[in-house]
Amino acid sequence: MMRFMLLFSRQGKLRLQKWYTATAERDKKKMVRELMQIVLARKPKMCSFLEWRDLKIVYKRYASLYFCCAIEEQDNELITLEVIHRFVELLDKYFGSVCELDIIFNFEKAYFILDEFLMGGEIQDTSKKSVLKAIEQSDLLQEEDESPRSVLEEMGLA
Amino acid sequence: MSPSIPLQEMIRAIRSARTQCEERGVIQRECAAIRAQFRQSDNGSRSHNLAKLLYVHMLGYPAHFGQMECVRMIASSRYSEKRVGYLGAMMLLDEKQDASLLITNSIKNDLSHSNQYVQSLALCTLACMGSAEMCRDLAPEIDRLLRASNSYIKKKAALCAVHIVRKVQDLGELFAPAARSLLAEKNHGVLHGAVILITDGVCFVLCMFQTVPELVQIMRSLTVSGYSPEHDVAGVSDPFLQVRILRLLRILGRHCETASDAMNDLLAQVATNTDSTKTVGNAVLYETVLTVLDIKSESGLRVLAVNILGRFLLNNDRNIRYIAMTSLQKIVNTDHNAVQRHRGTIVDCLKDHDASVKRRALELSLALVSASNIRSMMKELLLFLSSCPPELRSHTASGIFTAAERYAPSQRWHIDTMLHVLTTAGGDVRDETVPNLIQLITNTSELHCYTVHKLYRALLTDISQQPLVQVACWCIGEYGDLLLRGECQETEPVQVSEDDVLDALETVLQSHMSSPATRAFALTATMKLSTRITDNVELMFKIFKTGSGIQLRKFMIFFLLFLKNVLSPSVLRAAVLERMPVIEKNSGQSNGESAGAKTEPKIMVKPGETSPPQQPVNQVCDLLDLLGGSEGPAQPNPAQSTTAAGLTMNTSSAAGGDLLDLLGGFQPTPTLSVYEKNGVNLTLQYERQSDAVLTVTLTACNSTDSDISSFSLQAAVPKVCPQRRPSPHHRSVESGRRGDLDLSQSSSASLFTAFHPCPIQVHLKMRIRISYTVQGSAFQDMVQVDSFQGL
Repeated sequence: MMRFMLLFSRQGKLRLQKWYTATAERDKKKMVRELMQIVLARKPKMCSFLEWRDLKIVYKRYASLYFCCAIEEQDNELITLEVIHRFVELLDKYFGSVCELDIIFNFEKAYFILDEFLMGGEIQDTSKKSVLKAIEQSDLLQEEDESPRSVLEEMGLA
Repeated sequence: MSPSIPLQEMIRAIRSARTQCEERGVIQRECAAIRAQFRQSDNGSRSHNLAKLLYVHMLGYPAHFGQMECVRMIASSRYSEKRVGYLGAMMLLDEKQDASLLITNSIKNDLSHSNQYVQSLALCTLACMGSAEMCRDLAPEIDRLLRASNSYIKKKAALCAVHIVRKVQDLGELFAPAARSLLAEKNHGVLHGAVILITDGVCFVLCMFQTVPELVQIMRSLTVSGYSPEHDVAGVSDPFLQVRILRLLRILGRHCETASDAMNDLLAQVATNTDSTKTVGNAVLYETVLTVLDIKSESGLRVLAVNILGRFLLNNDRNIRYIAMTSLQKIVNTDHNAVQRHRGTIVDCLKDHDASVKRRALELSLALVSASNIRSMMKELLLFLSSCPPELRSHTASGIFTAAERYAPSQRWHIDTMLHVLTTAGGDVRDETVPNLIQLITNTSELHCYTVHKLYRALLTDISQQPLVQVACWCIGEYGDLLLRGECQETEPVQVSEDDVLDALETVLQSHMSSPATRAFALTATMKLSTRITDNVELMFKIFKTGSGIQLRKFMIFFLLFLKNVLSPSVLRAAVLERMPVIEKNSGQSNGESAGAKTEPKIMVKPGETSPPQQPVNQVCDLLDLLGGSEGPAQPNPAQSTTAAGLTMNTSSAAGGDLLDLLGGFQPTPTLSVYEKNGVNLTLQYERQSDAVLTVTLTACNSTDSDISSFSLQAAVPKVCPQRRPSPHHRSVESGRRGDLDLSQSSSASLFTAFHPCPIQVHLKMRIRISYTVQGSAFQDMVQVDSFQGL
């Protein structure tokens, strides 16, 4: 099971964090700081895996963003790399050639995509198509939900 | 009340803040606005406000006042508000907060909502932050969803159930039947969730072994027949599901023969047919290998698995090499021969640039050392030691020692190897190394001559590696006579005279690189040589006078008296200092540090000796009593105004006077008196240690009746001559740094600096600034030394 996933930039700015275990806020901050330091210090050609505390860290850099996952001892590191890659593909498909700014300005949407893709630290659906479809439908539902309101507001009844 | 700005504008405003302070200001303003908005009862833009708050939270600012708003929004009927509300709950609430209990009811309602996307939100939130109580409350609901809903919900319910079982183990039994039946589904997402549910809840339900045939069937359909473009990743059909099934098979087959048999064919098939050119394929192969090695598989399959790992070792991708070595490490003890076949590749990985790969390769290499490959492996390991990263050195050194001890083909090889390690990584070896090596040397009586020659040569080359120097001193002390004999069978002899040997020991004693333990070794060695190679007591006195440090001075005094009172090469002295017997392993002290210190009581309490030794012992005790309890010049105690502090140049004690007469008649290396004023006497001594190092010793002396305080010394040389930092064992004052000393009455302090000589024959000059306070008045002076004669 994945314990947590972090997205951060080369400058050490956190862009997304998802924790799948109950952790105190203070501990979260400490772990994030520590990991960022370790991962940002790694050279480009080095191994994508490292051991940290009692977990295995799998990280990959995509352009200016580091995607960093912490997995347990019995998990498969190589498949975790594939999970990260799948998530990036989903983001890319959704935002259309995703870049860091997309994730900054639409962070809640990035979270929605992540929550549709992973749950409890595990993959929900192994089909990219079905995940994207579900997100699309949810977005439609959200829009439907919001538009009646603006009509009412226009009529001055809200 | 400030108008609320849209989320994206706020993000832009925060990002454009140029300083941390500015950013904090923007955020404080926004938070105030958000708080005000929350207080309003109904607000069209609640979700936007909460989203803004969540952004602020992600930047690291406190956002706890949004917790209640999350609870309210989850209960709202609007999907957009629910969506952000649940997201907020996952980010701001966790099971430790009390507020999380408030959403249990909302989740329960939403689990039975007509819209599947609302249900999905509830399931996701429960799986992310559900506490044990919430899980217990809602488990029946989840079970219901597992059985009767569409596949979209079923797959999410399965993962939610996984979370519940992780939180509350007993509930595994509740979900077992549903999980079992889900294996018949066609939807990959549902299958995936079901497999994970069985994996995590399987320990409690034995009937799960019956699922093996089903799982095998699913795998077969994935790998052989099923080509589904939707689930295909680079030619591998649904690798995520495959990996999960393989892992479940591993758990089921671990302790069960029948289960293992049932999956044998499948595993062989997957292992041979999976495409290994891309990472996905390798991920599946990796899981297969782990499964094969863990279950009760037949030997042919195991060999196949190890071969796959061997192939991984040759892969260009560093990640693959790393995991291959990790896996090999797990089986190196059980499948030793199989792993041995890949020894060459593993040893090559020692040269990899990545530190984690190097570490793995080191662990494996050490595990693979055996009697048949010890020579070649040791060559590689020694090569590795000379270039490995510092954090791995001590581990490598100790690994080499253990391997050498277990498999050494010959004793000479063993000694050579240990010496090699000491010269390369002497600073990183453990404490037991020195006594262990000494014990080894003692046992190898036929190689004493060879060993002492080798060590002597090593000592001449480099005296910085402490363990090596300690062993060398010990050997020279024990076997110095063999050194002088000038002949040796195993190695070419070197023409050594008594003076050479004593010089070498003296260099060790005087060097600032030597630790106190090393000096003790050198001292004891010199003592032993008095019976072995020379009666030249004068020479020894010279050596004994030049060391420093209070512990050593005690030994020096003892040794001197021993020499003085037992001067002629009597039976006694020879008996006391005869060759050490073979040391038994693990007897006596194991700490190299105490070896030098503890030899002294052994000599004093020699059994079977009659009255003659009593006299020197008594005298020594008396003297030591007189000197006992006083601190050395390094830590002068102002309270002790009458007792002589350590060995002093100017003394007021009568007993000390005798002693000093002993030392009195010898001239040290050229001394210059550079400063004599107000009772402060500064002398300078210099000596060329080697071609590269000139040692200059400054000694300050207080000949007044009162204390001198705030004493500080600064020394500077022309910029052309670089200065080397002295070792921390000495109290030293570097040029440009202030070192404050307190000189109590009649004490002296030795200050020490070492210089490189100037590359061009520039005249070495030194400027010394000295400042101190005596009898309430402060003084400051500057002295220039223009000539260092004999340079």
